[in-house]
Amino acid sequence: MTSAAIEVRIPTILRPYTKDAKVVSADGADLKSVISDLDRQYPGLAERLLEDGALRRFINIYVNDEDVRFLGGLDASLKSGDSITVLPAVAGG
Amino acid sequence: MSLTISRAIVDQILEQARAEYPDEACGVILGPAGADSPVRLKPMINAAHSPTFYEFDPKDLLALYREVDEKDEEIVVIYHSHTETEAYPSRTDIAYAGEPGAHYVLVSTREEIAPATEFRSYRIIDGNVTEEPVTILN
Repeated sequence: MTSAAIEVRIPTILRPYTKDAKVVSADGADLKSVISDLDRQYPGLAERLLEDGALRRFINIYVNDEDVRFLGGLDASLKSGDSITVLPAVAGG
Repeated sequence: MSLTISRAIVDQILEQARAEYPDEACGVILGPAGADSPVRLKPMINAAHSPTFYEFDPKDLLALYREVDEKDEEIVVIYHSHTETEAYPSRTDIAYAGEPGAHYVLVSTREEIAPATEFRSYRIIDGNVTEEPVTILN
């Protein structure tokens, strides 16, 4: 593994996975690989972001403040220095 | 666990809920980080524009969290209205509740219930709903 290069901001509800860290680092050329790397470091985290191999509908992921759904979703390409923010949707019925 | 909130904010939320009827209304109340004190009302747009669902627009959501960070605030309350049912968390409310530290406030705009009894607050953590007393300061 090369040194981690992408900053990932973790929401409160997922911090039990990251030992309460608010910001963690991960590697990967696209979102899918970054999530794999996160799950390797923090087992169980991917399950909270993905469902049947796709991004969960009520989890929002932003790359440099842009909704990743508009950047190709899991295929969104990433480079060193990019910043990812994960936020649970505020939604209900 | 309890929620203490000003009458002025309660009234504004009820007013918003009536104004946005038949859609569900939603928003947050912010306060200084760590104080558990709801002082700054911030109505949000219900991007679902629905009588049975609410959702913050993902762009608005990010802007909200950025603002909260910059001002060293916290989201104290997340509120929304139910239009025809009681002010109790629905199954979807429980499934999507993503802020373990927030008070989830529900109001109801159904007509047969007086507004004063239809402003209720809950903690929703890991699928468990706990109602808490609400103190309204005049």
